[in-house]
Amino acid sequence: MTVLAFDWSFAIEKLVLIAIVITVSLVVAMYATYAERKVAGFMQDRLGPNRAGPFGLLQPLADGLKLFFKEEVIPTNSSRFLFILGPCLAMLTAMMTSAVIPWGGKVELGGRIVDLQIADINIGILYVFGVVSLGVYGIMIGGWASNNKFSLMAALRGASQAISYELAMGLALIALLMLTGSLSLRTITEQQIQGNWWNIVYQPLGFLLFFICSLAECNRAPFDLPEAESELNMGYHQEYSSMKLGFFLFSEYINMFISCVIIATLFFGGYDMPFVDEAKLSGVAALITGLVALFGKTFILIFIFMWIRWTLPRFRYDQLMNLGWKGLIPLALINMVITGAVVLYTMKAH
Amino acid sequence: MQLLTQRAKPVDRRPMNWIEKIYLWNIFKGMLITLKHFFKKKVTVKYPEVKRPFSPVFRGLQVLNRDEEGRERCTACGLCAVACPAEAITMEAAERLPGEEHLYREEKYAAKYEINMLRCIFCGLCEESCPKDAVYLSETFAPANYSRKNFIYGKQDMLIPDPIAHPEEYAVARGLREQTTKSPS
Repeated sequence: MTVLAFDWSFAIEKLVLIAIVITVSLVVAMYATYAERKVAGFMQDRLGPNRAGPFGLLQPLADGLKLFFKEEVIPTNSSRFLFILGPCLAMLTAMMTSAVIPWGGKVELGGRIVDLQIADINIGILYVFGVVSLGVYGIMIGGWASNNKFSLMAALRGASQAISYELAMGLALIALLMLTGSLSLRTITEQQIQGNWWNIVYQPLGFLLFFICSLAECNRAPFDLPEAESELNMGYHQEYSSMKLGFFLFSEYINMFISCVIIATLFFGGYDMPFVDEAKLSGVAALITGLVALFGKTFILIFIFMWIRWTLPRFRYDQLMNLGWKGLIPLALINMVITGAVVLYTMKAH
Repeated sequence: MQLLTQRAKPVDRRPMNWIEKIYLWNIFKGMLITLKHFFKKKVTVKYPEVKRPFSPVFRGLQVLNRDEEGRERCTACGLCAVACPAEAITMEAAERLPGEEHLYREEKYAAKYEINMLRCIFCGLCEESCPKDAVYLSETFAPANYSRKNFIYGKQDMLIPDPIAHPEEYAVARGLREQTTKSPS
């Protein structure tokens, strides 16, 4: 009977990996809030938070603590179950995407070959897109359950933005997938390590489109209409307070981190350190260089996200929809057709 | 139309060309500007550690002055209370008893001298009206407080430290003033 045989060490390894990945995502997202405020301050000739701890490094903890101590208000007429489900769903979908990301190569630790990826499923990219689409539910349920017409309108606004830009995002990605011939993020990374160039060289337009769309997907400026602090006074999380609001805000930072990792994996070679041949390094050294490379790329991308946020003003809603439907989708289609033609001509197709 | 300043620039209303229409180049230019500011020197003053210097004519909290021998200058004439447009000053006079000559400069002194810091507008008219140079406005401002009662400053809050017993504290309380104003005769 081998059907019921269960590899316990495998399960434990994956559980440990999941715990590590989730902790790392949470810590990075926590410090992304700090980095955001620092970047904002520096770009506006200020210093940013510098009171809590050295250089203000304890600021995220103080912010979290503040959110916990805030009064928790659940509106009387809200649908209580859904009201609580909203932020949970937002958080859950934000975390779930990290499951298919290859954080590093396979490494031999204590006689076991450990795969630094929670699940190498062969439809990794599709999985990411599926989960990202689920993220809209967090917004919609949160806005709807509040039983407040303005929250509902904001939720509709956010959902329609997310859906519009997901289309262009998917189309931009199809061109890339024509080149790689695989949906597995591990395979895509390994192809970039073995090949001479990262995918951004083959797909500059695709990268640009994907990058713009992920800005919109993460609800970041200049596409932050779902919340629009200054003119619309928040959005779908209008009625939320305390840590439930914190969950919504925090899930956006996790989303930003994860989408930066995905951009780094898809277009910048993932854990591939440039000018270093990983095959010559020993197991642990290769692992560390890989992690340094991936996180370095991710942090640079996160900085660019913030840099854009503190440079550009917000789009108007009609401009947002114009850009998405009349700008990005046709461009993505053209990119797709050209890539397809080139792939067919060179017979690079796998 | 008559222009009010020389700095007005006419708005460029030409239709956007191709480069401008796709925005990317202009976005890039804008991002360079923010990056330049990222590395600029910051204007923030780290307040509790670094304090901006006040101007010598800054009008902050009132200080009740002493003379060189450490005697209170105030003679409770009430001119400051009369001059005060906000009516923040109240005082009670008392007669100097024999043996108190080392405490009070004149035969009459202020037994109670109170300024309500919630009323005070820090105009400095008390300082100007004082014939004895007994009150002046310092370079600190009234600190925050938890109750209205504590904003009524009495003599113990405002009296300058004794120049003989505590010369260092006296010098701090005098601040920039010593260098800028002539010592009264």
